[in-house]
Amino acid sequence: MAARNDVATSPAAGRTVRDDARIEISGVTKRFLTPSGAAFTATREVDFTVEPGQFCAVVGPTGCGKSTTLSLVSGLDRPSEGSVRVGGREVNGITDGISFMFQADALLPWKTVLGNVAMGPVFRGVGKAKANASARDWLRRVGLAGFEDHHPHQLSGGMRKRVAMAAALINEPSILLMDEPFGALDVQTKAIMQNELLGLWEQLRPSVIFITHDLEEAVALADRVVVMTSGPGSVKAVYDIDLPRPRGSVQDIRFQPRFLELHHQIWSSLREEVERAYARTTGEKS
Amino acid sequence: MSSASTAAKVKAPPSDTAAAGAGVRAVRRRKLLVLTAQLGLAGFIIGGWQLVTTWGWLDPFFFGQPSGIAQRLVDFFSKGDQATEFGSFWLQIETTLREAVFGFAVGASAGVVLGVLLGQNRFLADVLGPFIKIVNAVPRIVLGSIFVVAFGIGETPKVLLAAVLVFFIVFFNAFQGVREVDRNILDNARVLGASPLQIVRHVVLPSALTWITASLHTAFGFAIVGALVGEVLGAQAGLGLVIKTAQNQFDPNGVFATMFVIAVIVLLAEWLITKLERRLLSWRPPSPSESAVI
Repeated sequence: MAARNDVATSPAAGRTVRDDARIEISGVTKRFLTPSGAAFTATREVDFTVEPGQFCAVVGPTGCGKSTTLSLVSGLDRPSEGSVRVGGREVNGITDGISFMFQADALLPWKTVLGNVAMGPVFRGVGKAKANASARDWLRRVGLAGFEDHHPHQLSGGMRKRVAMAAALINEPSILLMDEPFGALDVQTKAIMQNELLGLWEQLRPSVIFITHDLEEAVALADRVVVMTSGPGSVKAVYDIDLPRPRGSVQDIRFQPRFLELHHQIWSSLREEVERAYARTTGEKS
Repeated sequence: MSSASTAAKVKAPPSDTAAAGAGVRAVRRRKLLVLTAQLGLAGFIIGGWQLVTTWGWLDPFFFGQPSGIAQRLVDFFSKGDQATEFGSFWLQIETTLREAVFGFAVGASAGVVLGVLLGQNRFLADVLGPFIKIVNAVPRIVLGSIFVVAFGIGETPKVLLAAVLVFFIVFFNAFQGVREVDRNILDNARVLGASPLQIVRHVVLPSALTWITASLHTAFGFAIVGALVGEVLGAQAGLGLVIKTAQNQFDPNGVFATMFVIAVIVLLAEWLITKLERRLLSWRPPSPSESAVI
């Protein structure tokens, strides 16, 4: 335990990690009923653990139940079998201290940037003035001071992501769930946002589950990479990424020999699954 | 150096302003052209009607005549209490408008409340769905007869009829609007800890508002129709009664003149609703199709 904490807090973290931020997923199977009444298995016997303050990336082919796993952790959905525990407690209803970030914007188009960021505290019953003050502070931290009164449609994709990031972090969550948050961004903007995310994460140190298709992104950002099999999804392998923190610029880390080594190693495991998933989709179509 | 830079400064803008000036002129010319064409079309229709009835191709006794309609309009507004058998024309307008506005308010509020409720609650929606479809398929205008029998010839049956017509339009739009709320946004609000009431207030209602306000345009027209039909079925005052009386006296000009007044009222209401819509939906990006909306 002490050793864990050492590793997690080593890079001059501004915060101590919280024990209630451990995520334990054990033996989770999730079946959905299709509209015709047939059962569809999204995940089977998924097992992995995210330590408090750890940045965990989940990679896997399309449709392997990555997003399903996230909704189980957040409490939006329940597992059919197995258990999801957060901070040692079984998830039952919306989990406390969680924030979500999606690929599509989850911003309210009818609220200003300030109103969107202030949503988190307002939903928790914080007074409007206080919520706005804290939202202003967060907008400054993501570099959007001066855009408080804009509406989301007036911003670029990268700026909207910053707003979403501020909105997700304003409640200082102990757990941050990210579902391909930067999937829709262009390559340059994506790199900038990854750096910003790492910077903010190092200040707050929430536990993160970060879903992505981009293995480079996963290795560059995460402490631990979980590779999932093609659907029904289960955990194929877990890799610990021992690149030192703070990582610095994600653009530069890609050229380090250790990065390439890890990337190669994980890719050889992931490739099989991607090819299997691809063969299945093309096989079904023909 | 300084003279060169000022020269450049002076030189650059003229071409810009010239281009902008040409653009403004082109836009103005187009607007003028459209306006001329519109006036021409109106003149053609009204003038043609006037001529055709003067030459006797159509009988003005059945089809009215623009000059007669104009004369009747002047009569309506100049004769004071003698304008109709039931008091001044303004009183008739006021009566119909009051019925329509009350009906509109009642129908629209009920539509929004029930639409949001059913949109939120799947079970309720599944249970009530077929019943609402059945009621919607009934020609509701006929309900007017029942209302007149049940509530007499006062203003209540007109308000009710207008409300019923408005309700279904607003209800279906509110229901659909609630169903169209983005799932990600809902999930996000729930994860952030919003209570069901907060979700309705901050997420569901604003999202459905686009649909609801869009329905209000058509809905007000229907409120007027409800009030008028109610008055035609039996009333002591109102524009519907004026139309019915004119019909009984074989006076098409009177019918057309009242129709014209109603059209003006609906257009005014439309303008007001558009203003309200702009205010409520000021967050929306300007859409290119907006100018095409009639």
